[in-house]
Amino acid sequence: MPLTLADLVVGDVAIIDSFDVEQLPMKLIEMGCLPGNEIGLLQLAPQGDPLYINVSGSHLAIRRETAACINVRKLNE
Amino acid sequence: MSKNINVALIGNPNTGKSSVFNHLTGLNQKTGNYPGITVEKREGICRLPRGVKARILDLPGTYSLNASSLDENVVVELLLNKNDKDFPDVAVVVSDVENLKRNLLLFTQIKDLNIPTILVINMSDRMRRKGISIDPYKMEQLLHAKVVLVSARKNEGIDVVKEHIANYKTISTQTCIAISQIDPEYFGSLERTFPNQSLYKLWLVITQDVNFAKVERKKMETKDANHMRSASFLKRLQQKETIKRYQFINAVLKECYEKDNSKATDLRGRLDRVLTHKIWGFVIFFVILLTIFQALYDWSSVPMDFIDATFAQLSDWAKTTIPSWMAPNLIAEGIIPGLGGIVIFVPQIAMLFLFISILEETGYMSRVVFIMDRIMRRFGLNGKSVVPLISGTACAIPAIMATRNIENWKERLVTILVTPFTTCSARLPVYLILISLIIPDERILGANLQGLVLMIFYLLGFAMALLAAFVLHKTMPQNQTSYFVVEMPNYRIPLLKNVLLTIVEKTKSFVLEAGKVILAISILLWVLASNGPGETFKNAPQEVAKSVSVSAENYDQKLSAYKLEHSYLGIIGKSIEPLIRPLGYDWKIGIAIVSSFAAREVFVGTLATIYNVGEDEEETIKKRMAAETYADGSPVFTLASGLSLMVFYAFAMQCMSTLAIVRKETNSWRWPTIQLVVMTAVAYLGALATFQYFSI
Repeated sequence: MPLTLADLVVGDVAIIDSFDVEQLPMKLIEMGCLPGNEIGLLQLAPQGDPLYINVSGSHLAIRRETAACINVRKLNE
Repeated sequence: MSKNINVALIGNPNTGKSSVFNHLTGLNQKTGNYPGITVEKREGICRLPRGVKARILDLPGTYSLNASSLDENVVVELLLNKNDKDFPDVAVVVSDVENLKRNLLLFTQIKDLNIPTILVINMSDRMRRKGISIDPYKMEQLLHAKVVLVSARKNEGIDVVKEHIANYKTISTQTCIAISQIDPEYFGSLERTFPNQSLYKLWLVITQDVNFAKVERKKMETKDANHMRSASFLKRLQQKETIKRYQFINAVLKECYEKDNSKATDLRGRLDRVLTHKIWGFVIFFVILLTIFQALYDWSSVPMDFIDATFAQLSDWAKTTIPSWMAPNLIAEGIIPGLGGIVIFVPQIAMLFLFISILEETGYMSRVVFIMDRIMRRFGLNGKSVVPLISGTACAIPAIMATRNIENWKERLVTILVTPFTTCSARLPVYLILISLIIPDERILGANLQGLVLMIFYLLGFAMALLAAFVLHKTMPQNQTSYFVVEMPNYRIPLLKNVLLTIVEKTKSFVLEAGKVILAISILLWVLASNGPGETFKNAPQEVAKSVSVSAENYDQKLSAYKLEHSYLGIIGKSIEPLIRPLGYDWKIGIAIVSSFAAREVFVGTLATIYNVGEDEEETIKKRMAAETYADGSPVFTLASGLSLMVFYAFAMQCMSTLAIVRKETNSWRWPTIQLVVMTAVAYLGALATFQYFSI
């Protein structure tokens, strides 16, 4: 099982590895969610969903189901 | 006389675009709607150097030209249509210095349409604090555009923007990327099919689902089905395009943009940890709501009493001063009380918009969306539904328009259908007058009891909206995956000018729109109340004189009561009395309910009209209502009937304008019809239960 954004804990920073284009909204891709870019988990909403992330400088909130589609490599280990 | 320069103001949301617009146009602005749709259109005139004028069009905020919501469609549609009268001679792209990279994506897309473009980098006053340095001259050369550092907050750089607009003809129209690089084979064949057209434009037409494009696409499909590939193929190309654009942007920024991260303070992070905390986040949100409602009640009573008294005096004055050929009774008893009924709203509407615009401007609203999404989703809504539901406390019409950024159709439809349950400002005067009649003005634990009851009714509206959403969610099929991508803007201190302009603009349009309806209904009501069928109405003086025990001093009062009862209006009210008797209402309230079916706020105005007809001395409407009794001497407005009436107004769909907007937004009569029938039924049953319960 590859590591996804949904597996990170608050404070983690990772590099986006890959994702299935069809699973992600175009808007997220255009906000800088592209393979090779840095992505950090800043905060979780109550009950752990949605996620508050920083992806290559854009501060965004996305749902867990979307985050689970983004494969990442952890940086801070 | 040369023609004005057409300028389109484009930019991501939260970049301070409206501040730039306000600076460019001053108070020279007006709002309207785009033809056929309800997206708000803001435009204004800007005076440039050497006597030239520019027409500035403030387009809805968008992240890209690949529209995913209806608001964004407006931008694409305009930029693709060279024949549109609003098509810009020059585009001003407003970006924010902190998110420059992402903002430039939209900039490169607009440049690639060969439109002369000025890049405004706003909030430059934050640069030093954020450790950012920019070389604008280098950037101009690399982007082939004009670049201006602006601080809307400090009013710096605006004159340079004006200068560039005046000289727009000298700005290069060179593109940023060559779209054909993305897939030489695909775009090569597209170019052979349409030799003389801009490739990027064709590409946008193919990928966009805009009205304008639909027409074009049909033509293309018949001519050339080759280029309409599967959605996933197109999306893959779009991703490639996005990567290409970011490569270009990164190369540019490397040359002229530097950020020293050591200087960055983490104020945002610290605020976020509190405001989105799983307990404190909700507590703070609740306290903010409580404060708003307390303020709405406590702070607005003084101006409202003043308005009430002023209109009563005005009415008095009109009756004695206006010459008889100008129908003084119509003016004094119909029009002036009717207008008073609308002007009395102004303090509260203005205050509500004050709070809402501050919540929006500070960036707090996005945090509310974030913490509420999970809960809202359980009811079939979206975190973004919170904004319409909160705006709904001002007016359902802008609130329903604000659902346009919810990309998922089912979530959007559910939000549209339940938003009218939230307590809009039109219900406020009904609540206020009834609360002041039936709830004592006492304090409980330091809180004003009347304010608490008001808040309970606001919560009742929200609860009903959520319940209705839940029922709809369970009964409607889900047919589209729901996407949720919300920007969390940095915290900002709101600009006073923006807040004030929002208040003035929204209040003005509300008063004008509602005012028209209320004025018309007031006149109609007065006519119906002052005329009646047959001999009984005409012979009123004789009939009253004939009846027993009429003394000289109460003759006038008896006469006016008799007249109202036998007027057309009285007949209507009496005919529905059996239906509303179980709810605790008499026929006069019945008239008010019937007349407020088109617009709730008419209720108070109607009562004012009804109770003033034939009155010699003006009294404030409140006193008049308190004194109203049945034939046996028991008061009409008791705790039971008052609460029942409030519940009725809480749930009933009494707003023509809302129905019209729902019809427009859902493009069918089905949904507004269901809304009307269901909400009226809920209101009737709710009021019935309330009255029966409290009368025991």
